[in-house]
Amino acid sequence: MYKLLLCWRYLRTRYIALASIISVTLGVATMIVVNSVMAGFSHEMQTRIHGILSDVVVESYSLEGFYDPARHMRRIEQVAGQHIVGMTATVTVPAMLSFEYGGQWVTRPVQLIGIDETTYSAAGDYSRYLQHPENRRQMSFELKESGYLTRDPNAGLEAAERPQLKEAGWRLRRRKAELQKIWQPPTANVGDRDNPEPTQPTPLTSPSVENPPSGRLAEFTDGTAADTGESLQGAGETVDPFARRPSKGRKFDPAVDQHTGLVLGIGLASYRMADGEERFLVVPGDDVKLTFPTAGTPPRAIDDSFTVVDLYECKMSEYDSSFVFVPIEKLQQLRGMIEPQTGTAFVTSIQIKLKDDSQGPLVRDKLRAAFPPQVYGIHTWRDKQGPLLAAVQMETAILNVLLFLIIAVAGFGILAIFFMIVVEKTRDIGILKSLGASGGGIMGIFVGYGLSLGIVGSGAGLVLGLLMVVYINELADALAVVTGHEVFDPSIYYFFQIPTSTDPLTVALIVSGALAIAVMASILPARRAARMQPVEALRYE
Amino acid sequence: MSNIEQEVQLSAPPARAAGGGPHLVRRRLVPAAAAAGVDTIELRADGIKKSYHKASLEIPVLRGVDLQVRRGEFLAIIGQSGSGKSTLLHLLGTLDVPDAGRILLDGERIDNQPAAARDALRNRRFGMIFQFYHLLPEFSMLENVLAPLMIAHRTWGYLRRKRQLIESATGLLDLVGLSHRVKHKPRELSGGEMQRAAIARALVTAPDVLLADEPTGNLDHQTGHEIIRILRTLNRERHLTIVMVTHDLEIARQADRIVRLHQGRVEHA
Repeated sequence: MYKLLLCWRYLRTRYIALASIISVTLGVATMIVVNSVMAGFSHEMQTRIHGILSDVVVESYSLEGFYDPARHMRRIEQVAGQHIVGMTATVTVPAMLSFEYGGQWVTRPVQLIGIDETTYSAAGDYSRYLQHPENRRQMSFELKESGYLTRDPNAGLEAAERPQLKEAGWRLRRRKAELQKIWQPPTANVGDRDNPEPTQPTPLTSPSVENPPSGRLAEFTDGTAADTGESLQGAGETVDPFARRPSKGRKFDPAVDQHTGLVLGIGLASYRMADGEERFLVVPGDDVKLTFPTAGTPPRAIDDSFTVVDLYECKMSEYDSSFVFVPIEKLQQLRGMIEPQTGTAFVTSIQIKLKDDSQGPLVRDKLRAAFPPQVYGIHTWRDKQGPLLAAVQMETAILNVLLFLIIAVAGFGILAIFFMIVVEKTRDIGILKSLGASGGGIMGIFVGYGLSLGIVGSGAGLVLGLLMVVYINELADALAVVTGHEVFDPSIYYFFQIPTSTDPLTVALIVSGALAIAVMASILPARRAARMQPVEALRYE
Repeated sequence: MSNIEQEVQLSAPPARAAGGGPHLVRRRLVPAAAAAGVDTIELRADGIKKSYHKASLEIPVLRGVDLQVRRGEFLAIIGQSGSGKSTLLHLLGTLDVPDAGRILLDGERIDNQPAAARDALRNRRFGMIFQFYHLLPEFSMLENVLAPLMIAHRTWGYLRRKRQLIESATGLLDLVGLSHRVKHKPRELSGGEMQRAAIARALVTAPDVLLADEPTGNLDHQTGHEIIRILRTLNRERHLTIVMVTHDLEIARQADRIVRLHQGRVEHA
């Protein structure tokens, strides 16, 4: 009883000891915050990566791919059918993307992915990252009239407005086609942009198009187009804007026709200016060229024109700035992956969606046993992004070690202060012993005191840490206001908000670790107190 | 404080009844006369030797002390500073162990008992008061008096009997005339008050022997005499055996018997 009472009294009167546990508090709070943020970060990243990559991928090592995906799918179904929800075949090849911007040709290396528009969305979260509401519901490679979202639909209200996307779609395409006709001789092939006309200074007035999607002929407006006569004629002929492709014998007219649809990663379509504003080089409705290798040995480079029908934004800059999606049949056809006699095609990979993601390794191992490993690479999405996930995990581990050292340092602080308190309380220890308190009892006082300091310290740290986790974005904003420097810049990270995820087990571990340190730090001084000779302690003044 | 004796007389019987509950393993105070037939020697030291070591130097303090304390006796040990009287008292109270010799309480050897047994002895059978009162500064007067009971009982047992224990402690504070200071902390009290609280604390477990180490050493003349008067009364009314160490002959004369300690040996005065 006297132990409890003394602990309590010491707790309430020795403020110096409370000072020593501030570091415990801070350590616990930081550890909780860091772990929550890191866990949130890696969780968010995993969901994103997972949204893009299907659960398990069966892929060929060669760009030629493997023959007859349907047969492969049947085999996969046989081996691990009970775990599988859906499958889709894809063709992935490296490619070059070229488009014209401001009178120059911009070329970027890309990862070209041929997908089946109906089944691909089912194998992952693909359609969630598209910018047109209709495509988000049911993906199609047809250009839409307009209505592309001007804010990232996955980011919430914090996302910056993208006024350039307001104009995107057929409306923009028709207007551009008109301009093209005006500035190019009627004999030129309108669809062919390999030989772009140099932009001429226009004498035209009243430029009313704000933020033109592309720099080309931006000053031109509908009102002044009437002067040239012929172009309006052409525009007037667009009786059926949904006739996407030229009928036989008719020439390709960009005002009414589109090339094969293509979904472009948003990082390829835009760039970020120094002030953080996004500038689009290409928007839906523009034409681009793709150059990619054919199947066969040696591969030849071939190219074809495509029309951008949507943009893809998953906020993983690695993917956003390299993925280009096209219809798989078109790609197979262009690359010569379809056998002329049977019409059976080659694909480079099969994406598999599982009922339960945690079965990934199991399904992978089953499939590895069923398919020859020298031909097929079979991976779960975790395997594919292993290094990135491992890096995050490693960072968390290192930070944890460092922060735990902070608490350990706090432990030495407690140790020192406890020795001081024991010395200060020498006489009291003697008194208690003269009253019959045992050495163990005296030790109990100080260990109990250490424990209660630990409880107070880590309890305060727990509350502080959880509060910080809950209000982390507000804190970041406040810090930005105070320091005038943005703490969390969404343009650098993948997220608009600092993601957090608090794991109760981690929190419990942190708190118990801090408690253990507080107790351990108090054991040495407590032993010293316990071994004190009562006579000497009483004599101590 | 001249009416302290009267106060003590008036409040002694209930306080005594409350002071020791049936839960305490202890011996009842037996009047000296009643125990005369059995064994009149309650506490006894045989050939006690004790020396202190400073660096490699051995400083002998007690060179063979023989001492008998009779039941219900008020014994004063006097001697100069450094004559080893405090050391003797500490040895009697099992706060320290002698280098040689034996200490017996009721004919039972106590100096060679294990630590836990000696802790229990100090807690239940000895009461101690000191020159510097040695109250716990974090505790109020009442808590200070309760401290030996807190040590004697486990938390749960203490809480269960709390009301009863507090009653006995307040009774003792009443006895020493401190009932108005129950909630005060030691530093808010005068020296005399602190020493009276210390006496109450020493009595709370109803010990057999009260060991007083210079109880008046830090007090002015008048207050010192009041403390002695309380001890005297306790000795007379409750037949409490008291061993008091002092350097003040005038104080020592209040005792039944005086023993002089000189150069580590007893000289009977």
